[in-house]
Amino acid sequence: MSTLPSDSTLTDTGLAASGQGRILLIACGALAREILTVKQANGWDHMDLTCLPAILHNHPEKITDAVRATVAKHRAGYATIFVVYGDCGTGGQLQSACDEMGVEMMPGPHCYAFFEGTAGFIDRAETEFSAFYLTDFLVRQFDAFVWRPLGLDRHPDLRDMYFAHYTKLVYQAQTDDPALTDLAKTCAQRLGLAFERRFTGYGDLGTTLEKVAKA
Amino acid sequence: MSDDEEIILADLPDDELVLQMMDDLYDGLKEEIEESVQILLSRGWTPYDILTKALVAGMTIVGHDFRDGILFVPEVLLAANAMKGGMFILKPLLIETGAPRMGKMVIGTVKGDIHDIGKNLVGMMMEGAGFEVLDLGINNSVEKYLAALESEKPDILGMSALLTTTMPYMKVVIDTMIANGIRDDYIVLVGGAPLNEEFGKAIGADAYCRDAAVAVETAKSFVARKHNQMAANG
Repeated sequence: MSTLPSDSTLTDTGLAASGQGRILLIACGALAREILTVKQANGWDHMDLTCLPAILHNHPEKITDAVRATVAKHRAGYATIFVVYGDCGTGGQLQSACDEMGVEMMPGPHCYAFFEGTAGFIDRAETEFSAFYLTDFLVRQFDAFVWRPLGLDRHPDLRDMYFAHYTKLVYQAQTDDPALTDLAKTCAQRLGLAFERRFTGYGDLGTTLEKVAKA
Repeated sequence: MSDDEEIILADLPDDELVLQMMDDLYDGLKEEIEESVQILLSRGWTPYDILTKALVAGMTIVGHDFRDGILFVPEVLLAANAMKGGMFILKPLLIETGAPRMGKMVIGTVKGDIHDIGKNLVGMMMEGAGFEVLDLGINNSVEKYLAALESEKPDILGMSALLTTTMPYMKVVIDTMIANGIRDDYIVLVGGAPLNEEFGKAIGADAYCRDAAVAVETAKSFVARKHNQMAANG
């Protein structure tokens, strides 16, 4: 059973596979906690997890090659490999790579979509494209993923250049955690955006992993 | 600048001032850029020379270092903001002095997408390179693009998208142009973080431009080719 590293380790390093089980999930580090929770709750001991550094979220051009290398590294050790990434800004390249390698991946554009339910999210995108989304993980790692990479710690005056067209921050809550909700509210204030909390639970992540576990 | 000694811009000879402007642009120092532009104007430089030899040249270095992973988005934005300060002074003067015009571009972010940082950089660099740019802003429907093509008669249509979910809309625009029989009247350039060359080809764009500097070079080469074709056909 993989144990959960700190959020900062998941951001910068990821999570190594335990080497046990016949199914390997290759996921973004931002999903480690949620995946391990679902896995543990269901007793899916035949499922192993390895995570790439979550900060690749900010460098989508590096995701496809990183996933390719991880599949190659673990291919011989598992009967099935499943990639727990959405397109995540790879412009279809991750899907093409997965097709080519013969492994399946999460459908949908990114984790914001599959936490909410991809079909509903895409429908809503028509009217909600000025929302800035954060998940539990991204609320906890707001400074590492948003504030510092955008240089707002050094140049707070840049904020409106980035966020002038956004209207609200939607906190997609995977868990009921009042402290995290307060933190998310603070994130919205720092970005000068209205705040909305939307409880999503694990959405399509849970149902898709169930299919993978039972396949 | 790492030197502790304060630099008096007005004391620098032209060649050193231009190099200093490149440094200041790199460091995102808007006020210094504005001051230097005024100094060069007072020394009789043409607005076009200031634009191309100092601002665009400096911004090209910024673009290359961004491409090579030496600079990151915040630094590029600060540099762009500094260049904008200089452009604000030069733009009316460029019009007055009849600086060379390379062509005209209509540019906008596609429907459902509010991201405009890259698009703004492209627009600014295109202006710097002598193109007239009409910026349609964000969240543009196919109707809005077509109306602008009709009224502005540009050489180039530029479309930008940051999201995987919105980039397919570029194909909607291009397909509508084909259906209306106007596709070949324009050079269509596309860009944005999740795009790539394959995608650009697949949707029928003339080129995918990975950054603002590439957009300028691509635009120049397509416009030159278009003019050559017109000359050959004429």
